[in-house]
Amino acid sequence: MSVDSVAAGASGKEAVRRPASKRRWRDSDLWWSFTRSKLTVVSAVVTAVIVVSALLAPVIAPYDPTDLSSLSLLDAMIPPAWEADGSWSHPFGTDDQGRDMLSAILYGARISLVVGAASVVLAMLLGVALGLVAGYFGGWLDTVIMRLADVQLSFPAILIALLIDGVAKTALPRDLQSSAAIAVVIGAIALSYWVHFARTVRGSTLVERGKEYVQAAYVTGVHPLAIMLRHVLPNVLGPVLVIATINLAQAILTEATLSFLGLGVPATQPSLGTLIRIGNNFLFSGEWWIAMFPGATLALLALAVNLLGDWLRDALNPKLR
Amino acid sequence: MPEPLLRASGLVRYFDVSAPWLNRVLERKPRAVVKAVDGIDFEIGRGETFSLVGESGCGKSTVARLAVGLYRPTRGRIEFDGTDLATVGSRREMLPIRRRLQMIFQDPYASLNPRWRVREIIAEPLRTHRLLSGAALDERVDELLTQVKLDPADGEKYPHEFSGGQRQRISIARALAANPEFLVADEPTSALDVSVQAQILNLMKDLQRDLGLTYLFISHNLAVVSHVSDRVGVMYLGRLVEVGEAREIFRAPRHPYTRLLLDTIPDLKMTRREREPVGGEVPSPIDPPEGCAFHPRCPFANERCRRERPELLAAGKSAVACHAAEEGRL
Repeated sequence: MSVDSVAAGASGKEAVRRPASKRRWRDSDLWWSFTRSKLTVVSAVVTAVIVVSALLAPVIAPYDPTDLSSLSLLDAMIPPAWEADGSWSHPFGTDDQGRDMLSAILYGARISLVVGAASVVLAMLLGVALGLVAGYFGGWLDTVIMRLADVQLSFPAILIALLIDGVAKTALPRDLQSSAAIAVVIGAIALSYWVHFARTVRGSTLVERGKEYVQAAYVTGVHPLAIMLRHVLPNVLGPVLVIATINLAQAILTEATLSFLGLGVPATQPSLGTLIRIGNNFLFSGEWWIAMFPGATLALLALAVNLLGDWLRDALNPKLR
Repeated sequence: MPEPLLRASGLVRYFDVSAPWLNRVLERKPRAVVKAVDGIDFEIGRGETFSLVGESGCGKSTVARLAVGLYRPTRGRIEFDGTDLATVGSRREMLPIRRRLQMIFQDPYASLNPRWRVREIIAEPLRTHRLLSGAALDERVDELLTQVKLDPADGEKYPHEFSGGQRQRISIARALAANPEFLVADEPTSALDVSVQAQILNLMKDLQRDLGLTYLFISHNLAVVSHVSDRVGVMYLGRLVEVGEAREIFRAPRHPYTRLLLDTIPDLKMTRREREPVGGEVPSPIDPPEGCAFHPRCPFANERCRRERPELLAAGKSAVACHAAEEGRL
């Protein structure tokens, strides 16, 4: 808000400023270390391809796997195109209900990504807010929040997600269950991942709070909320970005695990995990493609995002430059 | 003397530095309390510069932080223009006072938010107190930048693009933004090169003359203090040992500690002056000596100094807390 009002007052300067910020990005250490690492560039490309094709699934997918009327059991269990009985009308084959695997994977990746991203964003909002409050105000508030985090950290995230998912499903009325299923999964994963954000942000907040620019703002009479949001927050966000990237891969895997166990998203909107679960039933009867293609997509996506997170962590760490 | 702008009376600030509860119980460690400020009184009149000097750890920075409300006193009062800062309950009630007092910090690298443009940094007090907005705000920021001898175009830059001295100018511009009456400067030049120190000090003096500012100036550097101060308070282990006119204190120091400090200044004119060899270090403020805190290092200490804590007593134009000075043994 503040930058805008200044820019409005000095619109002449604005024109000079914009290209400079673009040049700064091109000259930045981040861009330099990105282009230098082949692995990172490949990971970024793989991630981008999966994300874009998942988002464009309704446009590029050859069939609509959610449209039950278009399914025909006559098409069931067709192997991939390059196998003996395969056909190019279903390049990755079909499952037991005659769904085109390629389309199912595209739609499934979409749900996996949406659930993963939404739960990480939610976990980030929750964790950053609680971490900021704990670090800035300290005292009993800090004690309560951080002990809660410690308790939660002593359980595996998947266990907590299972617990929340189970409780929510029991608590919700039956007719709401399938429509709220995705929201429940997002909430369950978010509540099991906020701890990482909260702990990191609390630590950085403690450091920043002791610095003189925060004290200067206090002496000026700035509202504590404004000090937290406008002074401390921008200075603690670096590590948050790294955790968010790494947690994105974990959240996607957690969602897949929940769906594999039959607790995640409903079977009418299959995610990658649901597809793997369905395929798992046929793995030993020879129909390997139903589990293998969604599994490979999931592994590739998680690996690429994880590698991006690793790179970001190193690139933002001044000690490793 | 007219009503002072700032008055500290019986000001005390302790810090609890005890080990965590479990360690205290298991390892039988006692509670530890740092007596950073242990009962001091002073007044600062309008338009004057009052300096606090002393070695590291004597509590002078704590006094600075108490004066702007960054710390609350453990005991005693700190009054700004007749209002006891500790009695102001809410932030909202404090705002009118906050506008009138500001602080300049020691470390110019930590006192400016690295992610804010200089223009935003300087405008913050104006926005916080809703004094100006829009074009008038921009104009005022330009004026402030000019006032501290920077270019208005520098407002678009980030703090890392400036040197230490320039950053300290930005700090000063921010402090001046809301037209305060009272500035607390906590070692404003000790992180700067000597050549830049003089520029900053002269800038502060010019601004004081032009704007009628009152300064509480904290420094360990006696040369700096003698350059800027009207009155000086010498602190030792959380107590004031001597207070008086700057000229008087530098001309005729009465407390043995003040003499020690002045003796340590290298002086070209008095190369063959006899120096009193007073050694030793400042004792720990967790466990200060009985009686006069300075007695282990004092060449004039006697039995009374070891038992009885001297009070600050008027002596001529100054006030001194020393038994030897009181008894005329110096």
